[in-house]
Amino acid sequence: MKIDPRWAGFLVMVALGLLLMFGLPQVLDLFGLVQMTVFVAMAMFALSQGFLWGYGGIMSFGQAAFFGLGGYAYAIAVINLGDSTLPVVIAVAVPVVFAALLGYFMFYGRISDAYIGVITLTVSVILFELVNSTSGDAYHIGAAQLGGFNGIPGVPPLNMPGDSSSPLDPGQMWYAAVGSLIMVYIVLRAILASRFGRVVVAIRENETRAMLIGYDPRFYKLLTFMIAAGVAGLAGCLFTNWGGFISPTVFSLTMSAQVIIFVLVGGLGTLLGPMIGAVGIEYLITIAGSQHLVDANLGLGIVLVAFVLLVPQGVVPLIRDKVLPFAKLVPRQSKPIPTGAEVPR
Amino acid sequence: MTSGTLLEVRGATMRFGGVTAVDTVDLTLREVELRCLIGPNGAGKSTFFKMLTGQLVPSSGTIQFRGKDITGSNPHEIARLGVGIKTQVPNVFNGLSVRENVFIGAARRKSIKHARQIVSETLSRLQLDSIADRIVGQLAHGQRQWVEIATVLAQEPDLILLDEPAAGMNHAEVLRTAELIREINRTQALVVVEHDMQFIRMIASTVTVFNQGRVLMEDDVGHVLADQRVRDVYLGKQAA
Amino acid sequence: MDLVGLLAFNVVAGIATLVLITLGLGVIYGMMRVINLAHGEFMMLGAYTAVTAVDAGINIWVAMLVLPPVLVGLIGLLLERTLIRFLYGRIIDTMLATWGVSLGLIGLTTTIFGNMVRAVPVPVGGFAIGRYGASLFSLVIIAAAIAGLVGMLALLRLTKFGLILRATMQNPNMAAALGVSPPTIYMATFALGSALAGLAGGVLAPVSGISPSMGAAYISRAFITVLGGGPAIITGTGLASSLFGTINSLVSFETTPVIGDVALLAAAILMIRLLPQGITGRFLRRSL
Ligand SMILES: Nc1ncnc2c1ncn2[C@@H]1O[C@H](COP(=O)(O)OP(=O)(O)OP(=O)(O)O)[C@@H](O)[C@H]1O
Ligand SMILES: [Mg+2]
Repeated sequence: MKIDPRWAGFLVMVALGLLLMFGLPQVLDLFGLVQMTVFVAMAMFALSQGFLWGYGGIMSFGQAAFFGLGGYAYAIAVINLGDSTLPVVIAVAVPVVFAALLGYFMFYGRISDAYIGVITLTVSVILFELVNSTSGDAYHIGAAQLGGFNGIPGVPPLNMPGDSSSPLDPGQMWYAAVGSLIMVYIVLRAILASRFGRVVVAIRENETRAMLIGYDPRFYKLLTFMIAAGVAGLAGCLFTNWGGFISPTVFSLTMSAQVIIFVLVGGLGTLLGPMIGAVGIEYLITIAGSQHLVDANLGLGIVLVAFVLLVPQGVVPLIRDKVLPFAKLVPRQSKPIPTGAEVPR
Repeated sequence: MTSGTLLEVRGATMRFGGVTAVDTVDLTLREVELRCLIGPNGAGKSTFFKMLTGQLVPSSGTIQFRGKDITGSNPHEIARLGVGIKTQVPNVFNGLSVRENVFIGAARRKSIKHARQIVSETLSRLQLDSIADRIVGQLAHGQRQWVEIATVLAQEPDLILLDEPAAGMNHAEVLRTAELIREINRTQALVVVEHDMQFIRMIASTVTVFNQGRVLMEDDVGHVLADQRVRDVYLGKQAA
Repeated sequence: MDLVGLLAFNVVAGIATLVLITLGLGVIYGMMRVINLAHGEFMMLGAYTAVTAVDAGINIWVAMLVLPPVLVGLIGLLLERTLIRFLYGRIIDTMLATWGVSLGLIGLTTTIFGNMVRAVPVPVGGFAIGRYGASLFSLVIIAAAIAGLVGMLALLRLTKFGLILRATMQNPNMAAALGVSPPTIYMATFALGSALAGLAGGVLAPVSGISPSMGAAYISRAFITVLGGGPAIITGTGLASSLFGTINSLVSFETTPVIGDVALLAAAILMIRLLPQGITGRFLRRSL
């Protein structure tokens, strides 16, 4: 029996994920594991942007809006409810609903690609400013004080589903985080393999043709946007859990820029790439953060410019298409992914 | 077979600023009819197709498909009613394989299994099996035309619009295209835009002549090609 | 009555501020379809130029109005030569690259100057509108905005360079026909837009908290005002700034400055939806 190479790749990925999930706790101390947990949250955030941009061809410059909404939704819900089961659902639902409203406005308004970047960016700035200005006792949702630029400290961590008296310890949190990452990966793969996913990619390739066949691009883009928002929300929820804390910086432009860099560095049009990009860059930032000579933004900026100019396809496609075929490990299959939208007229 | 009206266009007009690309065009097409549309460059043929498929909203006039008013409808809505188009500039999914292109055409509102069946039938019908797994962006222009036609056929539309299907094809391919069009016409209506008069003769049918956005005449192929006015506006330039 | 006077004055000052922060971005976007996401950081550099010069004992007017545009214009020129010119026609890539530049500049400034907020003294005092006090410095901002608009208009209308710019805007090949290569025009335009951003940063320095990350506050406002204005850079910037500036000032007055900003951004998003080509894409198409 011949196995489709894409199937094989998928199985290898899941196996690797499980290996990391159970293997890392054996080799890392708790401190290292906790550090890795935040990388996992960022990897999930990168999956959101990678799915939206690489497959949907939709360029969001403000994906942090959904990451932040997920984080805040979780924090506020769990402070009010105590048990974390429902808040996790809320952390996904709030960004999805918000994306539905914003996406309907943008896609059904036939706003051109570059302007979608502008609008998403602006929306994240609006959220940042709004949340940033909620200092003072007057701003609270139920029992949760929003705290303005100081954020919300002491957010309760996840607990065993339905049992608020048994919160997860940091070790268990690792399993929860990697487990959800693997799950999200599987779900996204399944979506891409489905008819819906193939149409999404087809629309990225040629919107006019898809329309002339009878697909409504607005609908597919809206749904893609909502799925990506849900993933970003879940990532935000994990992020909040990791530190037990959330502040308006989750909505910042740096956050949105970072996730774009993850995807660009790792590789557009892959799911593995964004995750590798996230972990790699986050690791570099951690190293850079421990020295105080230069600011981390400088490094991020240089990486971004260098990749746009020199390696626009990203690391994973580079290895897949240039290095591996050279070593005759896999057949060559280059598929150019358009990164530059047309100039709006 | 006398059957009902498939397409009814009344007074269709398309203005771009000062240019009137299509000017009060009337056109009626019966079910399962084959119609050729000819006219010199800039006569408004492609613009007319864009109006029929919803890519352009007519400045005035109405378009009815099976009695339903589709003037100004969205392209995807018109496509769903059963209109397929191969555009003049190839419109394919460049990053996808031939098979995937055709699959996207076939898959709408059908089970995956049914769609796969249509894909394999269409691929062999158009002799695309040998390149089924190639990436379309890497194919030659003529092959991409075939892929686009295959995608449109897989859609199983009742009306197929072909804008210059033989352009850039060699003689053998042109012959095959003509044959294919006659075969398609057994079950589906077509409107074919072409400049190649030999090709028009091969698929012989009623011909509508456009000139400067207006219908110059409409008659069977023999009369049209013999008509002096048509020679003047069109064939004269080609020294046919 | 005094209140109305004060309010009107603040509205005009708000509009002028928006004009200042938008003009540089508008010139670059309007002429070359490049969305310069480092615009806010160019302003930040202008502000740092001012604060550094003032600290060095240079006359404050020179530090505010002369040095920032010159220095930032040169930085823009350098960036255009080394980076931007490789990316023309790829709008998303230029956005990404200029975003990279923006982060890099934030990082560089933080490394050099540290993260603390600096300030430039306000060089003029206040005056009274009836019972209310108003800042004389707002008049400086208004004057600078008017000078910017009129200067650009004069440049486009009266000079040979302006003629070539207008020609390039309509059709890049026209410039070649006029004997100037489009790359030279693009280079000059980018430097000009950068200089305008520097000027804005310098002029606004006394009323800003100057820190490496201050640019973020400007970019989305500038950006969205440019899009709202549409293809005619000067008229568009003027009109869109008037509209959004009025909304911003009035809502800020009624509520808080934050809500005012949010109202501005929300109005602009709505505007992009209703008039995707901007105000001058629909009206006054023949203006500059
Ligand atoms: N979007 C547009 N804006 C302005 N004018 C247009 C537009 N599209 C087409 N035209 C003009 O309308 C006229 C008809 O063009 P059209 O492409 O329909 O001609 P055609 O008959 O298909 O020609 P050809 O045989 O060369 O394909 C031409 O003069 C063309 O310049
Ligand atoms: Mg044509």
